[in-house]
Amino acid sequence: MAMETNIEKRKESAVMPVERTRSAPTYIPVVDIIERRDELMMLADMPGARAEHIDINYDKGLLTIHARVEPRQNPQQTEYLLQEYGVGDFHRTFEVGEGIDPNKIEAEVKNGLLTLHLPKSEAFKPRKIAVKTQ
Amino acid sequence: MLITQDPFTALESLRREMTNLMGAYAPPFLQRSHGFPAVNLWEDASALYAEAEVPGLSLKDIEVTVEGDQLTVKGHRETLDAREYTYHRRERGTGEFALTLALPVETNPDEVEATLTDGVLRIRLPKAETAKARKIKVTAS
Repeated sequence: MAMETNIEKRKESAVMPVERTRSAPTYIPVVDIIERRDELMMLADMPGARAEHIDINYDKGLLTIHARVEPRQNPQQTEYLLQEYGVGDFHRTFEVGEGIDPNKIEAEVKNGLLTLHLPKSEAFKPRKIAVKTQ
Repeated sequence: MLITQDPFTALESLRREMTNLMGAYAPPFLQRSHGFPAVNLWEDASALYAEAEVPGLSLKDIEVTVEGDQLTVKGHRETLDAREYTYHRRERGTGEFALTLALPVETNPDEVEATLTDGVLRIRLPKAETAKARKIKVTAS
């Protein structure tokens, strides 16, 4: 039912954060950062978020993730018997160092899980050094 | 003679206590509880609703069962192979999980519906006829 989607990364120097007309709580998504041979991967839990409502911006070394999530219940009108979480937007910012090539960052979302692929810059990729005999 | 508290009210609050203990209860408006998944439970006149946040899970990873007055949600979230992946930061949990809730009212198990959308599991449990609130007509005598 949920599809894998590619989200286009926007690279603009003047970035306006997504503004909402009504006040909604904003949560910090939990994140795993994983290193593989040629890339860093970032997994962010954003239940309820869909590709069309996710903004990812890279600007001057800062990677910002923002997801707009529509409320699923009306908290004022709902009689909760148990309430362990609230529903709202997700927002988090990361510093991305030189080791990452920002032009090649890719993102996809599936089942409310955002996966970011941050390929390492050429200079930082591991490589074998050949040993010559003299 | 007036009865100030009937036995069913006492049972009801005991049921809610059980739900709290078994469901990793956290006070409202707290962002995250220590259990996975986080669960919201609410009701209207016709049904109970349970919603759990299970990002990254698809249908094959999750199992929902209703037995008597117990709702159980079980599943697993894939752990990555450590030979290929090195964690620099690990905030998300992976592995098996199980959540059991004691439901405060009787529900009709044949009519329970569950949907999974964008990592949100929504379960609707219609109340049994006997559990539905009904208006009592007062007549003059």
